[in-house]
Amino acid sequence: MKVTLKIWRQKGSNDKGSFKTYQHDHVSPDMSFLEMLDVLNTDLIKKGEDPVHFDHDCREGICGMCSLYINGHPHGPLQTTTCQLHMRSFKDGETITIEPWRAKAFPVIKDLVVDRTAFDRIQQAGGYVSVNTGGVPDANEIPIPKKIADEAFDAATCIGCGACVAACKNASAMLFVSAKISQFALLPQGKPERKERAERMVAQMDAEGFGACTNTKACEAECPKGISVTNIARMNREYYSSVISSYEWQVGGGE
Amino acid sequence: MKLDSKIPEGPLAEKWTKHKFNLKLVNPANKRKYDVIIVGTGLAGASAAASLAELGYNVKAFCFQDSPRRAHSIAAQGGINAAKNYQNDGDSIYRLFYDTIKGGDYRAREGNVYRLAEVSVSIIDQCVAQGVPFAREYGGLLSNRSFGGAQVSRTFYARGQTGQQLLLGAYSAMNRQIANGKVKMYNRTEMLDVVLVDGKARGIITRDLLTGKIEAHSAHAVLLCTGGYGNVFYLSTNAKGSNVTAAWRAHKKGALFGNPCYTQIHPTCIPVSGDHQSKLTLMSESLRNDGRVWVPKVARPGLRAADAVNIPESERDYFLERRYPSFGNLVPRDVASRNAKMVCDEGKGVGPTGLAVFLDFTDAIKRDGKKTIEAKYGNLFDMYQQITGDNPYEAPMMIFPAVHYTMGGLWVDYNLMTNVPGLYALGEANFSDHGANRLGASALMQGLADGYFVIPYTIGDYLAGMSNEKVSIDRPEFQEAIKQTSERINKLLTIKGKKTVDEFHRELGLTMWEYCGMSRNEQGLKTAKKKIQEIKAEFWSNVNVLGSGNELNMELEKANRVADFIELGELMVDDALSRSESCGGHFREESATEDGEARRKDDEFTYVSAWEYKGDNQQAVLHKEPLVFENVKLTQRSYK
Repeated sequence: MKVTLKIWRQKGSNDKGSFKTYQHDHVSPDMSFLEMLDVLNTDLIKKGEDPVHFDHDCREGICGMCSLYINGHPHGPLQTTTCQLHMRSFKDGETITIEPWRAKAFPVIKDLVVDRTAFDRIQQAGGYVSVNTGGVPDANEIPIPKKIADEAFDAATCIGCGACVAACKNASAMLFVSAKISQFALLPQGKPERKERAERMVAQMDAEGFGACTNTKACEAECPKGISVTNIARMNREYYSSVISSYEWQVGGGE
Repeated sequence: MKLDSKIPEGPLAEKWTKHKFNLKLVNPANKRKYDVIIVGTGLAGASAAASLAELGYNVKAFCFQDSPRRAHSIAAQGGINAAKNYQNDGDSIYRLFYDTIKGGDYRAREGNVYRLAEVSVSIIDQCVAQGVPFAREYGGLLSNRSFGGAQVSRTFYARGQTGQQLLLGAYSAMNRQIANGKVKMYNRTEMLDVVLVDGKARGIITRDLLTGKIEAHSAHAVLLCTGGYGNVFYLSTNAKGSNVTAAWRAHKKGALFGNPCYTQIHPTCIPVSGDHQSKLTLMSESLRNDGRVWVPKVARPGLRAADAVNIPESERDYFLERRYPSFGNLVPRDVASRNAKMVCDEGKGVGPTGLAVFLDFTDAIKRDGKKTIEAKYGNLFDMYQQITGDNPYEAPMMIFPAVHYTMGGLWVDYNLMTNVPGLYALGEANFSDHGANRLGASALMQGLADGYFVIPYTIGDYLAGMSNEKVSIDRPEFQEAIKQTSERINKLLTIKGKKTVDEFHRELGLTMWEYCGMSRNEQGLKTAKKKIQEIKAEFWSNVNVLGSGNELNMELEKANRVADFIELGELMVDDALSRSESCGGHFREESATEDGEARRKDDEFTYVSAWEYKGDNQQAVLHKEPLVFENVKLTQRSYK
């Protein structure tokens, strides 16, 4: 296969970026998308040109480190991670445009690499159950209905890649945030802190500069793990019920 | 050098309890005066960071990824063992201990392995309390399955993503401590050296991967939780970034390297598709619970999966079921892998390369229905289809063994401390409790055991014995290490040769796979040693690393790691040469039974190999820690 690549090149976070076009003539349909870029990079190094920087690690679709906005879709045309996308999903002779995630809260570091530490900070704001190591009850002490456990698991499969943000015209992170809030809101272990958790994580999300949700569901359509927007509805419920039932609200006379 | 494993005296079942009582404690008010550096944020690192911070220590944690949640523990699929005996099927701490010792081919310490089995039950409790969504039955209780090599159902799982869920649990616990200010997290930061002051580990040198800045960090103890070194083979199931650098630099600073030749080759991986291949993908071995492994009885070169369905039962060789009637497809990983290699060597391999065997679910789907199989393995089947373009519900999967895990690692005592005081190694980074072969679902167990339930006790004993005074990074030891690290970076950038880093890495990998992979012999290993020395010499004169050292430069990161892999490769070969017996994942062709099974030589080799670094291009020196078995009788492993 042969493909033409239009790739976003940007030297550093403060430099101006632009698209650069590369002709890639030895592509095999069995290559993963990242392997196709590996081969391009080898060619570039041989020519003495700076290789294209992109994030990746596990290359089996679970670490969430790979990104790339390919032909207008985060992680490309299939609902999967870029590392699991294979060149057989493209046509011989096709032009492929590759950009970094575009969001104010994900500044570009270099080429296709962006800074997603905002996600970590949102998790630090409340994405946990406050238990110390040791002194916990036996694992079978609290039965959890299978349906609830499965629903929590579905939310918990989020890999934190940021495709939801990249897909959203508002660069909203609500699918990501709601996945964690949902997981813990559903499970008995998460219930004692559910109010504070929803408030703190939403506050941090806003502070990081992510946009609001306007229900276009682009996030769900592009999420490589199929996280459902039902979680966003649940997060909103958690958030509002937390706000109106908080002590501050009650003490203030309901204002 | 005298290696003291510090295994406590007394009956097996009382060792850990007694030891915990005998360990010195740090007064709660004094814990905040001690700093601990933790390198790596996988299961071992994140669980240790959270647990030590909860106790009150000040933790600095480092990972090279953009977030600690990306550590490669996240990719573990199958599950985590624990001796809960929830299934009433005869499991116990002693049975888990016994299975692990036997599965490791009697090359692990009894005391360590018993402790591992003992604390396994607490791990599950801890994870459930954190909100880890393990699989459950309709009654709401936890579900278990049996897993490679075990005859009881003791494996807890979260669909095929158990590692992800456990890591996110540990990550969340660590996040809580980051928010508390007790853990300071350094993302995209790679450790490049350990700093010793008066013979004790007192800090590390790091490189900020975004700015290239080389920095020093001091502490009272250093924990390396940096995973395994499977990427020495270039192609493995490890993440692309997984590397040996932290452990190797520690080795060069005096830490002994234990059993480097013990490598686990996983039987169920997706076969290689071409030269562009950058990594191999594991299909969880839980698939072997329902899938049947076979090849055609008569060689059929190039046989495709789609055509396999037309081969009648009578012309199929279910070779694992045939050779091992009692364990069948569930034989341990090393046995399954070697058998796959054997049938491929006989020319019966399938697929375009002939380096693959079938894993067939037809019978399971007939028996349990597609829905049940989908519920168990849905995400794995999807992943397989994504990568290969074939649908495993309709035609058998094709699989082949690939490097997956390394049992070797830094030598540690019962307290998880290396022979360098204050330097610890946890999880896959240590030479560990798995002996010469790890059982399925035991890596997650060991990583979390070390981090949640061992190090919080043992580190106190060390810290209680030292002053809480801090050392300054202005000391010459730190400044000298910074200088050496910078010089090495500059050297890599100025060679400006003709070959890329990946070309060297591939060459090393092929050499290791050919001569130090699934089976090894003296002549091959000697050839490998020579080849690796040549690769090393050429690397340092002909590698091409573009760009500068003060920016994000991923080629430079790779070059730095590959240089260490080359040196490690030579040590692995040395170790494989010196151990002229077969045991677990280490198969020496010279030491086999008549029907081709591994033959141990207990009289000669019942010891841990611990290698001492003697300088650049100097022959490493072997030290032996004898393994003492007081409880189990050494038998030839048989899964017939």
